[in-house]
Amino acid sequence: MKNTHVTTTVNGDAVEFICEPDETLLDALRNRLGLTGAKEGCGTGDCGACSVNLNGRLVCSCLVLAAEAEGAQVETIEGMADGEALHPLQRIFIEKAALQCGICTPGILVAAKALLEKNPDPSETEIRYWLAGNLCRCTGYDKIIKAVQAAAAEMRSA
Amino acid sequence: MALDGNEKREFKVIGQRVNRPDGIDKVTGKALFGADLTAPGMLTGRILRSPHAHARIVSIDTSAALAMPGVKAVVTNADLAEPQDDFFRDIKDNVLARDKALYDGHAVAAVAATSRSAARAAIRAIKVEYEQLPHVTDVDDAMKADAPVVQAGRADESVPAGSSPNVTSHFEFGHGDLEAGFAKADTILERSFKTAATHQGYIEPHACLATLGHDGRGELWCCTQGQYNVRTICSQVCGIEATQLRVTASEIGGGFGGKTTCFIEPVALALARKSGKPVKIVMSREEVFRASGPTVSSSSDVKIGMTKDGRITAAQAKLRYQGGAFPCGTVEFGAQAAFAAYDLDAVQTLGWNVLTNRPKEVAYRAPGAPMAIYAVESVVDELCQELGLDPLDVRLKNAARKGTLASYGPTFNDIGLVATLEAAKAHPHYGAPLGENQGRGLSCGFWFNFGGNTCVSLNINHDGTVGVVEGNPDIGGSRASISMMAAEELGIGYDKVRTVITDTNSLGFNDVTDGSRVTFAVGLATIEAARAAIREMCKRAAQIWGIDAEAVVWEDGAAKPSGPNAGDHPPMTLAEIAAVMDNTGGPIAGHHEVNADGAGVSFGVHLVDTEVDTETGATKILRYTVFQDAGKAIHPDYVEGQMQGGAVQGIGWALNEEYIYGEDGRLQNAGFLDYRVPVASDLPEIETVILEIPNPGHPYGVRGVGETPIVPPLAALSNAVSRAANVRMHELPMSPPRLLKAMSER
Repeated sequence: MKNTHVTTTVNGDAVEFICEPDETLLDALRNRLGLTGAKEGCGTGDCGACSVNLNGRLVCSCLVLAAEAEGAQVETIEGMADGEALHPLQRIFIEKAALQCGICTPGILVAAKALLEKNPDPSETEIRYWLAGNLCRCTGYDKIIKAVQAAAAEMRSA
Repeated sequence: MALDGNEKREFKVIGQRVNRPDGIDKVTGKALFGADLTAPGMLTGRILRSPHAHARIVSIDTSAALAMPGVKAVVTNADLAEPQDDFFRDIKDNVLARDKALYDGHAVAAVAATSRSAARAAIRAIKVEYEQLPHVTDVDDAMKADAPVVQAGRADESVPAGSSPNVTSHFEFGHGDLEAGFAKADTILERSFKTAATHQGYIEPHACLATLGHDGRGELWCCTQGQYNVRTICSQVCGIEATQLRVTASEIGGGFGGKTTCFIEPVALALARKSGKPVKIVMSREEVFRASGPTVSSSSDVKIGMTKDGRITAAQAKLRYQGGAFPCGTVEFGAQAAFAAYDLDAVQTLGWNVLTNRPKEVAYRAPGAPMAIYAVESVVDELCQELGLDPLDVRLKNAARKGTLASYGPTFNDIGLVATLEAAKAHPHYGAPLGENQGRGLSCGFWFNFGGNTCVSLNINHDGTVGVVEGNPDIGGSRASISMMAAEELGIGYDKVRTVITDTNSLGFNDVTDGSRVTFAVGLATIEAARAAIREMCKRAAQIWGIDAEAVVWEDGAAKPSGPNAGDHPPMTLAEIAAVMDNTGGPIAGHHEVNADGAGVSFGVHLVDTEVDTETGATKILRYTVFQDAGKAIHPDYVEGQMQGGAVQGIGWALNEEYIYGEDGRLQNAGFLDYRVPVASDLPEIETVILEIPNPGHPYGVRGVGETPIVPPLAALSNAVSRAANVRMHELPMSPPRLLKAMSER
């Protein structure tokens, strides 16, 4: 099968790449564009480590074909900080030790940012259910939930 | 190395909650994990796996695959070296099957090709002729006389005559007169238990990138808990001299013991050697479940006698662990740990390691202990219920303490069990009211902890900053704690120290990141390396001042004249000494090499409140509190993180996680959808209480904290659920169907 040519926007920049027709957006981001921040933990949409934002929607990039990114707006973890300035979620995750190994962290940050854009004042239960699609095996989630709560509070008062 | 004789020492850096040095890399996506590296001209490696639980490999025909476009190499077991030692030969025969496929998912052959799709097609083109054999996956079935034989001739001399050929080793520990002890009891309970195999469930699948040049020199990048261990294994399995294989550990996306061996690295090296090109292999999640190491599943019998006022008079445990298709030693740890929390006059534990047609067992956080202590703590709880006794008081009454002869041999030194139990008793959680269908459970937990081979270099830079070089992958923030200990000892700011984890050719040997050893052993070596550097800096200052080196002390990050010279010269800071070191003798560095002993044992107590749904059998966790002795918490956030993360892995083990095999011996739930690990919405806050009873074997009193917290949740949950559901549970996981069935039969 012939490869496909895709023109898309990633983190605000226009990019083009060639991919196999059955290639996932995750593989294209990682292997064609060198954006390895999104991780493959399962390849079946169960772990959320590959979370990215596609046209304003939180998706598992392992369940999206790369070819579907044609003409789309894709946002990844690599686009979350503004130059040297970390997003409040990123900074507070470090300050509150909300990561141990860090493999799930990009996906969780992308997912948490999507939540706070939708709901700036989520309850603990809302955060826990929103992040239920993002597996973390190290932390028991406790410090992650508290970091999201602290970031939400800071962003509301900003 | 003993605890410094200054227990009231005022720490400046230790105990702070500083930002970890790798934090920014990890929140921006910059950190490079196993699958994140590429090399020019790199090939994709892929592995063909057995669809059968047990089958003789009659033939493997790779000719069609090799003829396909883009296929550069195919390897089988025959392409690997022939290690003499059983330990390495078993790893070899696990990474590529020898003459039998021993479990569903066992690797049989591998290819390297120019693209993912070409590799996938080549795998399908390899023709393997199998002769299927009878299989066994259950530990009790495997111990029967007529069980299918997984591997013949693997029993060691410890195995009693007449045992099934699948029994590979047998252990026995204990002391005292059991018969007399049971005779003194008012009540004796004997119960049988089963626990399912669970997987470590690290979110990062195994991944590596290998090159092996025509000069015989190799470079290997991989996610591992121990790059030196990978080098040793690959050297043996691929026939490469250790110094010719440089192994670099990537950032590691979780391990929990599961990344203390090799699955794909020798295969990638063999493909790289054959193809002459770099080869990358990344396991799929399905492969991780089917072919990387789960923990053992267990079957056990526990018998405990108790007086009516709660004194245990005698205790016995019989533990049977299956560790998959190759011999393992895990039951030894279970048999040693089972009664560690108790001060007993008469105790015996017996253990059997058993082969089955399942993947080769690999360490999982306190390997062997959770399932043994689950059975013991369940029986203790049932005795408390039967005798109308408070379960915490009974633990306190029988608790191991300093001077207790442990059931596995040693006499305990300073240990924190009693303080931990008392903290649990005093906590508001213990007295909080419970509602309908709710129950509270508790369990003690224990792990030995480990020290081991450790090598650290500490380099003083001209600008007054310090580089620490160590060799243990950082899984949960250890670079922060190592930098903190160096800063504390040198008397400089945490931000002046940078700790890096180096490759196998840049530092002496280090044992794997396991046994909760890193903060203890690497910390100890870092402190000693800092002290060596301090001695040299004092010498340089003495030289500048023209006084004896013995007349110089190190205080607050500076050399100061002492004794008769005190006050004669202004102190010289580390930065001032470093700035002129070229003129006083050259570079300043401290080293320490040690096979560290003195790792203090660790105890924890978990309290949990649960509510059971009588219609669905689902268990909801209402409240959870972890109490644990850390000796000294270097970075409290990451100590709490270990306690919380371990507790939640244990919760998964207790309530949902299990390897499910069909009649055909094939794994039925090789994915996160069907193998259900806890998610955020399953859990409440996990409260933590850190106790600090200093370990006499570490200068600051550190005890490892990583493993103990996975031990208590199994029994704590079982006791809480049993009390909530008013039916005693004896099997894990207590998944909704199993609990519903138990409730319907009560």
